[in-house]
Amino acid sequence: MSLRFQRLLLIILTLIIILSAVLLILYNTRENISYFYTPSEIIKSDITINKLVRIGGFVENDSFNKISSSSFNFRITDQKASILVSYNGILPDLFREGQGAVIEGSFDNNDVFNATNVFAKHDENYMPASIKESLKDTGYWNKKYK
Amino acid sequence: MMFLINPNKFNQVADYLFKPALVSSIVLFFLGLLFSFYFSPNDYQQGSTVRIMYVHVPSAWLALLTYAIMTLYSIAALAFRIPFGFIINSAIAPIGAVFTLICIISGSLWGKPMWGTWWVWDARLTSVAILFVIYLIIIFMNLSFENRIVREKVVAIFVLVGSINLPIVKFSVDWWNTLHQTATISKLSKPSIDPSMMTPLIIMTIAFMMIGITIAILRIKTEIIIRKSNLS
Repeated sequence: MSLRFQRLLLIILTLIIILSAVLLILYNTRENISYFYTPSEIIKSDITINKLVRIGGFVENDSFNKISSSSFNFRITDQKASILVSYNGILPDLFREGQGAVIEGSFDNNDVFNATNVFAKHDENYMPASIKESLKDTGYWNKKYK
Repeated sequence: MMFLINPNKFNQVADYLFKPALVSSIVLFFLGLLFSFYFSPNDYQQGSTVRIMYVHVPSAWLALLTYAIMTLYSIAALAFRIPFGFIINSAIAPIGAVFTLICIISGSLWGKPMWGTWWVWDARLTSVAILFVIYLIIIFMNLSFENRIVREKVVAIFVLVGSINLPIVKFSVDWWNTLHQTATISKLSKPSIDPSMMTPLIIMTIAFMMIGITIAILRIKTEIIIRKSNLS
């Protein structure tokens, strides 16, 4: 084996070793790297009151209640579990029922999740607004697109 | 294809390529902007904010592509003793850094109205921030060290170590829960983007590539001259 291929092999082996070390670290700390928990993960976990966490899921359909101009109630769900959230503040543009959202806050004594921050989550779908209208006109509009 | 590893051949090809690259980057960039602003529809949810994507996504792709090129050249330089790889490393690192910065700035301009925040420390955003820091370290390493032979090797090794971040940036949205959305365009499935929005995205990507190539030609030629005249 020539010298240059020995060097190539050495470089590639070193990279593989470092990469697997980094991936092992990341894999074993994934709970901390993940930006949010899903509602079913939160319910299974033994989370304590007033501990700051983020929950990500969909805003449940027909769960949104506007109490005052800056005070809202809604449920966040992952289709398996759902959590009641109350929030005082400004909601982002994309926030609506059926849309993904990430909520930052903590549980109070009554199992209500008090949000301090609400982020809307956008999915990977891009579609012209005109297509939405024509799909609605022809009756092909799927409610899950909302 | 010797011009990719031989400085003299590169200079010859670069002289042919420079003007077409410059002209096409200007033309394509304006065509792309025209498509982004006038000939593409509003998104059904984001409205006209979707147009930020036509700058954000190409710059993100090119930030990663630039680093991938530096990685390949670092392997070539270290394993096969091709000094042109060292030239590439010091020439194109700032280009990649600027693409990363454009990606971060345009992304946070999009994030404020859509997510409701300029910045969050989720896996994708953090790994891109790390990519930017790695680029900065490479640039500063290129400016330090008295001895060129030592500097080149240290930089190339650092580029290789930093390349571990590339798959992390790419797959961060699949491996962890992130606020950032997952990939829209992938090889395995039909892209979940409408063709009318795909057109400006592709034009802008090619335009950004041509801008990158144009600046890269200038910087690589300068770097070759500096080395030939033993200025550093």
